[in-house]
Order: sequence, then C-alpha cells, then structure tokens
Amino acid sequence: MSGERSIRRTGLIAGGVAVAMLGLAYASVPLYRLFCQVTGFGGTTMRVDESAAPNAVNKVIKVRFDANVAPGLAWTFKPVQTQATVRIGERKMAFYQATNLTDKPITGMATYNVSPDTAGGYFMKIHCFCFDQQTLQPGETVDMPVSYYIDPAILEDASARRIDEITLSYTFFPQEEETNKTAANTAVKAADGTQG
Amino acid sequence: MAETTAAHYDAHGDHAHAHHDDHHTPGFFARWFLSTNHKDIGTLYLIFAIVAGIIGGAISGVMRLELAEPGMQYLPVWAGGNIDAAYHMWNAFITAHGLIMVFFMVMPAMIGGFGNWFVPIMIGAPDMAFPRMNNISFWLIIPAFLLLLASMFVEGPAGFNGAGTGWTVYPTLSTSGHPGPAVDLAIFSLHLAGASSILGAINFITTIFNMRAPGMTLHKMPLFVWSVLVTAWLLLLSLPVLAGAITMMLTDRNFGTTFFDPAGGGDPILYQHLFWFFGHPEVYIMILPGFGIVSQVVATFSRKPAFGYLGMAYAMVAIGFIGFIVWAHHMYTVGLDVNVKLYFTAATMIIAVPTGIKIFSWIATMWGGSISFETPMLWAIGFIIMFTLGGVTGVVLSNAGVDTIMHDTYYVVAHFHYVLSLGAVFALFAGFYYWFPKMSGRMYNEVLGKLHFWVFFIGVNVMFFPMHFLGQDGMPRRYPDYPDAFAYWNHIASLGYVIMAVGMVFFFVNVIISLIGGKKAADNPWGEGATTLEWTLSSPPPFHQFETLPEIK
Repeated sequence: MSGERSIRRTGLIAGGVAVAMLGLAYASVPLYRLFCQVTGFGGTTMRVDESAAPNAVNKVIKVRFDANVAPGLAWTFKPVQTQATVRIGERKMAFYQATNLTDKPITGMATYNVSPDTAGGYFMKIHCFCFDQQTLQPGETVDMPVSYYIDPAILEDASARRIDEITLSYTFFPQEEETNKTAANTAVKAADGTQG
Repeated sequence: MAETTAAHYDAHGDHAHAHHDDHHTPGFFARWFLSTNHKDIGTLYLIFAIVAGIIGGAISGVMRLELAEPGMQYLPVWAGGNIDAAYHMWNAFITAHGLIMVFFMVMPAMIGGFGNWFVPIMIGAPDMAFPRMNNISFWLIIPAFLLLLASMFVEGPAGFNGAGTGWTVYPTLSTSGHPGPAVDLAIFSLHLAGASSILGAINFITTIFNMRAPGMTLHKMPLFVWSVLVTAWLLLLSLPVLAGAITMMLTDRNFGTTFFDPAGGGDPILYQHLFWFFGHPEVYIMILPGFGIVSQVVATFSRKPAFGYLGMAYAMVAIGFIGFIVWAHHMYTVGLDVNVKLYFTAATMIIAVPTGIKIFSWIATMWGGSISFETPMLWAIGFIIMFTLGGVTGVVLSNAGVDTIMHDTYYVVAHFHYVLSLGAVFALFAGFYYWFPKMSGRMYNEVLGKLHFWVFFIGVNVMFFPMHFLGQDGMPRRYPDYPDAFAYWNHIASLGYVIMAVGMVFFFVNVIISLIGGKKAADNPWGEGATTLEWTLSSPPPFHQFETLPEIK
C-alpha cells in the first residue's frame, strides 16, 4: 500500500496511455498514407518530375488500362487504348476519355493504383490527370493524358522482376461543392443501400 | 506462488466482523445501484454476463436452427416472407451474436466479474483503487448493451432493420451499405463498452501496482492476478485504437469525413488495420484471464503449486506483447505483399511458443499431483484439451498460404469457437464452480455440476468439430443457406447445439437450487491445494475485508 499520491499517479499514467493510443489511432491515418506513398504499398504508384528519365532497357512489359466510375458520377470514362507494350524505362503517354452526360458542370477526381501490388513502387508517373481535380462542362468530352515510365529497378526486385503485365486502374469519384456534399453523400448511400 | 497462512486472517473475517457488517451493509438500492464495493460490483457483472450470455446463446440457437437443413425455413417466416429481409436478418443475428458474446458476455464475466471479485482479495487489498470509478464502469455497460439491442430494431440498410455488418463492422458495408442509424447505435454501444473497459483497466492496473499487501511482491502474486494485469494493459493499449477507428467511421457516416472513403482519398483497408490492431489483442483479452483461472484451479485440485510460476507469468506477458504485432494475419486476403505475409506468418506462429509453455506447465502441475476431479477441475482439464485443439487449428490458419484457401470458411469458425466457446467459456465455468462457494457461501450440487460439464462438453464438440470438415469442404461462413453437399455435417452441428442447451439446463437448475438450499460452504472447501488469500476469508467474505492488512511471508 503506497498511499493516495502514488495511486493517483498510476491512475493518471494509465489514463494518459489510453489517450495516447487514441491519438496514435488518428495519427495512423496520415502515417498510413505516407507509408503507401513511399513504399508503393498496395499498388500505390510513384510520382516523379520531368527530369528523372532513365535509359530504356531492352525488355518489354505489357501495360493494360482500366477505368471505373463511382456511383453518383454521371460520366462515361474509358481508356482510349486498352493496352500498350512498353520497354522498361521508356517514357510513354496514354489517354483516357471522359464525357459529362449531364447538363451541369461536374468536378471529379480519380483515385488510382496498379495491379499487381508489388509493381506500384516501380510505376512512375510524370504527368497525370489524376493529380488534380477535373471539371467537365455540360456534355463536354475530354481526352486526359497520363505520362509514365516503368523504373528499370523493377528488374532488381526479386518479388517484382517476373512481372510481365501491369494493369493501371482509375476510379473517378464526384467532388461536390462543400455545401452539397452531405446531401449528395446521403443520396449515394441510399442508392447503394437499395442495391445491397 | 505465495504460500499464505490460512488460519491467520480467519479470525478477522469471521467474528470481529459479524456485528460490524450488519452495521455497514447499505440498503438494497444503495447496495446494488450505488455500489462501490468490488464484490458487489463483481456480482452485478456476473449477473449481467449471464443475462447477456442467454440472449447471445439464444441468437446462436436461432442460427443453428436455420442451418439445420439446406434452404431458408424459418427466417423468411419471421421476416414476413421477404427473402431479402430474411437474409439481412441473418446478418443482423450473426453481428449481434458476435458483439454480445465478446463485449457483453466473456469480457464482463472474466474481467468485471471474477477480476473485480478476486483481484483485490488475492493481493490482500480492501477494495479496488477507485471504487466509484468501478461503479461507473459497470453502469456504462448497461446502456451499451441496451444501445446494441436497440440497433436491431432501427433501420440499417435501406428498408431493413439492424446492423448486418458482422462484429468487425468493415466499411464500405457499414458506411455506404448501411445508411440507416442502426450502425450509429452499434458504434455508440461500442464506445460505451470501450470506455467502461478502459476505466476498468486503469482501475486494475492502479490496484495491482499500488495496493498489494505487505510482502505480496509482483513475483508472489497469484497467476490469476498476473493474467488480469496483462489483460488490463492489453485493454488500455488496444481499446482506444478501436474507439478511434469507429469514431472515424461515425464521422465518415454522418459528417462528411472520408477516412475510409476512397472518394475523398481515404482507404477502407486502413479500417481493417485499425480494427485488427485492436481485434487481435482483444482475443487475448478474452482468453488470458481464463489462463489465470485455469492455473488457480489446476494447482488447487492437484494440491501442488503451479509448475514454473515465473514462466507462466511471463508467458502471459509475452503473449500480450506478441499479440500486438500479428494483427494482419486476419487480413491475408486484402492484397498484402508476400514479404509482409511472411512476417505475419512467422510472428503468428511464435505465439505458439509461450502458449505451449503454459499448456505444458499445466500438465506438469498435474503431473505427480494428488488430483481430485471436482467440477471446476473437469472444466479446467476440458479447457486445456479444447484450447490446445483450437490452438493447433490456429497454427494451421497462421500460414498465409493455407489461410488464403481457408479465409472466411467454417474452418475459421471452428477454430475461434474452439478457443473461445470451448476455451474461454470452459475457463469461465471452471472459475464459476471454483469460486461459487466463496461468492455465495453455499456449495453447488456436485452431481449437477458434473452432468453440466459432460453434457456441455459433448454438445459443443458435436456442434463445432464438424465445422472443421465443412470449412475444409469450402463452406463459407456468414451465410444462412448452403448447397445440399453441406447438409450432413450442418445437421450434426445443430444437434450438438441441442445437446449443449440441455447441458445449460443443468447449470441453471444447479445455480438456483444451490443458492436456495445449497450446503453451507466452509471458508476453504477445497483443502490444502487452495492457497490464495480468498480462502482465508469467510464464505461469503465480509462486506469489507482486510481492514488489517494480511502479511505475506
């Protein structure tokens, strides 16, 4: 028995541990994003600037292009070419085409990753429509470019060097104005609910 | 373990207090609703756990009834003929069964019930460190339970009632898939239950660190106290992470945040990481106090101190530590890198080492002991056998390669019911029969106790063993219907439920007749093997014990 004071101290320390763990749970959100961006975990592609262009080597990989639209976004969105054969290290450009089917301007933003996941760290994007929000005017159709190369370092990674086909996938999500956001979310949720 | 001198503290408990007690015992309302007494709160927790267990067990009975034969027989009738409503009702049932059994049956019984009752007594303390906080802990769990029950009666998915998310509450099913308020109520329920457990954990840690009687060093504490100490740390470190995860989900659902919503750059997989960072320690939270109970029971009825005391204590510490670094073995199929799976496979398998230390030490405790097979000992031995079986299938599932096939099949259901429904629950019954004379002051009926054990033992094995076969044949979990090929073993499993339920009748009859007309229990009904401090007190113990602190040699 060591008195009131040490009881209170132990209790406060234990309470502090609980609060710290709660903080850690929230801290894990940015940490997890950072972790994925740095390591390419889960097929997260890499972003590089113009100057970093390596020399192409004499091995080819097939890149396939995939496009999806989230429920609630009245766009069509599809790749212009479904696949391309690229030399490793060679800079290439691909186009996706999106059309706004409504009579209102709509802003969307695309999420992206590649499959297989281990290729994420070697899929380097120089420019991509997915880096920014895209606004389409009523009925407008635009071709959206992505320029990329595959890092030759992929050939030195034991778990990735046998990859001969990479699928690049995008999903466009609607980006509402802040004021409409909650209402539209509810609408999306209701739509999902009836399907499920 | 501490060899305490029984006769020494007796006098205090019995005579000196008899008059004193009447004087101090408060009236009914003050005693049970405003209670700050650790024994009374422990009793409240045990009653609550039994009520919740009846509800959770009844729900599993409905599930086994529907699964008894292929096709949808009962749920569509209750759902008014709507097959989709029937499917959703199934989802709501499995969710409620899981959450009730985890948060409102096993945890309140193990930690709130036996922990509250016996941790202070076993370390020679008069009560918990924060008696009023103890009261708050208990009274938080009641509204938590009511919120969970209420969630079954409000809208979940559009048009249907209840949260059909599974106990894991993964997005996006629990966000965009359940627009109604049912999931919000379930989240609030977990918030309250979590707050209750965190406060309880703070209380146990403070009590054990500061209020041990003179001479009761950490390395002399009974193994049950060690198990509750490790459990309290696991609660403290893991529950806030769950609280954070479900709060993020709550704001995702209602306030437009996108922690787990890819539309705003979030990631649903992050929820799974957070959930299982809590969820894996949680399974040890449910089993570690059981380890402690079994250690006490095996030592008592072998009339030997627990073999390898320090190894037993630190094996629990090791299990608790490793429990925090293996969470992704629940997520082998989300697309983890092969090297990540390699790590989680190896780390998971390592848990078998401290667990093996415990199992071999229990056997070594019995070895050469003067064993008698009273009801608590039967449950403890049953626990060791069944938990080992569940542990072995756990090692099978820890292989990422094997788990890719087994994931979400009945093999997994068999595995975790062997460690929980036949592991944790057997330990609970061992503790209940072991301490029933101490808590109530009356002996239970030995014949009914043994009948309960044998019928329950046969029942749960007939129920859960065939699930290994179903899982290996590829039957997925969480479905109310299945192809004819799975009919045979499902039928057997449902018969097992009936046998188990008959076993439970013996339990309830035993509790009722023993409380009414049981033989008066001696201070120590178990003889020389029972060396911990609770057996030095009267049965039941005085309202306040150890006003003069015992000294441990």
